[in-house]
Amino acid sequence: MAALTLYDKLWRNHLVEQRDDGSALIYIDRHLIHEVTSPQAFEGLRLAGRQPWRRDANLAVPDHNVPTESAERAGGVAGILDPISRLQVQTLDDNCLAFDITEIQINDRRQGIVHVVGPEQGATLPGMTVVCGDSHTSTHGAFGALAHGIGTSEVEHVLATQCLVQKKMKNMLVRVDGQLQPGVTAKDVALAIIGEIGTAGGTGYAIEFGGDVVRDMSMEGRMTLCNMSIEAGARMGMVAVDQATIDYVKDRPGAPRGELWDAAVSAWADLHSDPDAVFDREVVLRGADIQPQVTWGTSPEMVLPIDGVLPDPESQDTASRRAAVQRALEYMGLTPGMRIRDIRPDRVFIGSCTNSRIEDLRAAAKVVRGRKVAASVKQALVVPGSGLVKAQAEAEGLDRIFIEAGMEWREPGCSMCLAMNADKLGAGEHCASTSNRNFEGRQGMGGRTHLVSPAMAAAAAVAGHFVDVRRLEEELA
Amino acid sequence: MKAFTVLDGLAAPMDRANVDTDLIIPKQFLKSIKRSGFGPNLFDELRYLDEGQPGQDCSQRPLNPDFPLNQDRYRGASVLLARENFGCGSSREHAPWALEDYGFRCIIAPSFADIFYNNCFKNGILPVVLSEAAVEQLFRELYATEGYQLQVDLPAQTVTTPAGEAFTFEVDAFRKHCLLNGLDDIGVTLESAETIRGFEARWQQQAPWLFGAGNRGH
Ligand code: SF4
Repeated sequence: MAALTLYDKLWRNHLVEQRDDGSALIYIDRHLIHEVTSPQAFEGLRLAGRQPWRRDANLAVPDHNVPTESAERAGGVAGILDPISRLQVQTLDDNCLAFDITEIQINDRRQGIVHVVGPEQGATLPGMTVVCGDSHTSTHGAFGALAHGIGTSEVEHVLATQCLVQKKMKNMLVRVDGQLQPGVTAKDVALAIIGEIGTAGGTGYAIEFGGDVVRDMSMEGRMTLCNMSIEAGARMGMVAVDQATIDYVKDRPGAPRGELWDAAVSAWADLHSDPDAVFDREVVLRGADIQPQVTWGTSPEMVLPIDGVLPDPESQDTASRRAAVQRALEYMGLTPGMRIRDIRPDRVFIGSCTNSRIEDLRAAAKVVRGRKVAASVKQALVVPGSGLVKAQAEAEGLDRIFIEAGMEWREPGCSMCLAMNADKLGAGEHCASTSNRNFEGRQGMGGRTHLVSPAMAAAAAVAGHFVDVRRLEEELA
Repeated sequence: MKAFTVLDGLAAPMDRANVDTDLIIPKQFLKSIKRSGFGPNLFDELRYLDEGQPGQDCSQRPLNPDFPLNQDRYRGASVLLARENFGCGSSREHAPWALEDYGFRCIIAPSFADIFYNNCFKNGILPVVLSEAAVEQLFRELYATEGYQLQVDLPAQTVTTPAGEAFTFEVDAFRKHCLLNGLDDIGVTLESAETIRGFEARWQQQAPWLFGAGNRGH
């Protein structure tokens, strides 16, 4: 039999029907739902008189609109101040009730960002197809799952048929060899890859991340990496199943138990690319070359190592590249030749489905422990990815470390990642953010986002400017 | 869904690369639980000088005179001419809803982001990929000619300029069929309900742990 990639195997396992024109019906095992992209889908079901095909395949949680201030949060859905946000969260509750779909509600302690909650609850398992009306569904690929974002029409399609009409993607392998330097994290790897292949480099591909660096990563790190596949243009990114995957999944509420667990683990042993599988494209990075990364522009590919210097539009090779660099510099209020380390964030945001898991919070806390947020920083927000992450962080005393440093410790949700709730940037403000998108206006109209790892965000918070977290000690001395 | 056959439409320019869905429809408008009414907020941040709020009457807002869609010569446009990687970023279907609600039925670009490309077909919008050189030529002609009309012919898979020059484009057969007939995807898939059930029964035997798990522990 021909050698297969991990993606080929996942595709084969879920292929319901191949059509002559190259499209196919693919079976969906898990459908995650949140409040923003689902109301119109439920409405569509209602209008057509349809019912969900398989209720137990769905899990819903509100995250984008929920307030993160504990006072506002305490009032539950009814306490949400913005009436439009309130209606959207209420509509999710109503729809889940009406269609009998399991929902983790706003003040359930398991609530959080859908891409943190899915894996945490074991709702994401190896070998699954996982979809959600959210482009960062690629996160779940960390479990050797075929996971990608869909639009609202497709949300309705999955609800009604348990399938999606898909075309097979091409295969891309991104291999990160060797070892990372200490202080360099999965986020830096993700940004370095995007810097290398560009934000459209993965368009049309399913990416598999491999190499020793990825093998050595924790599940949290692999989720960070897969999360940002979409920023490289790929709808899905994935990592082969290994012992780390199995250890993470074991005993989660949705994980199989007893004999079923044993059967599942032996089936999962196949969830890797065959050694002689052929990829349509391979990209190789050396782990040791990757430095802590900071984005300077309005696209994740506009990224530099911490000791980098901002580019000059004049030295770009194409007209469209010159225009893009020029516009980005203008929007960001930065000048060619400026050093990354001289950029001073007004706000710091540690959170989002990219970097709000316990390991991320530990990394940030380690940097700020015993230090203070610089006076020039107006606000430093720490927003855990879920209620369970929050509880774990509090059990470890991380919340105290943040608060003592002058940071704000919030309730779980998407928060300042996309500024759909009250947490946002003012016009012209720079933000050191652990989220995944630095588009114009993403974190608030006129806001200027710099994407970094949690440790780098924390270091910028205490230094008042971007700084190599590995040299923070000398910097502050 | 509206069927798409042949469109004779005024073209308007969106002359920048990597236009993301945040730019097409900013996130504050995603709070709506409806599918329609997004047209007035299409490209909101570029189109108006103030910050838009959901539910606001846009006819009273200050317009950005430099933005092409605010210029008389592009009023009533139904074809949008765009640059590479159009529609990147978030998967929000509000982006094609806003374009459609505004009146765009066709978008021409050298490349599109995958999810957006897919979402267009589900909303009666035809995304057309033409070569970089062809798009460059269309931009030149469009700027040079007021009232620049393009004919987009889905059955023939061509875009024809006012001078009669035709560019052919690719579109996959299933999407073309659905768009030509205004077919609802779900209805088409449900014709395969038996096949889906058969698959599901086999898959459940093979991987029983994937069934019922969503409700376990809740
Ligand atoms: S944290 Fe940000 S990127 Fe992730 S799901 Fe929420 S809004 Fe989307």
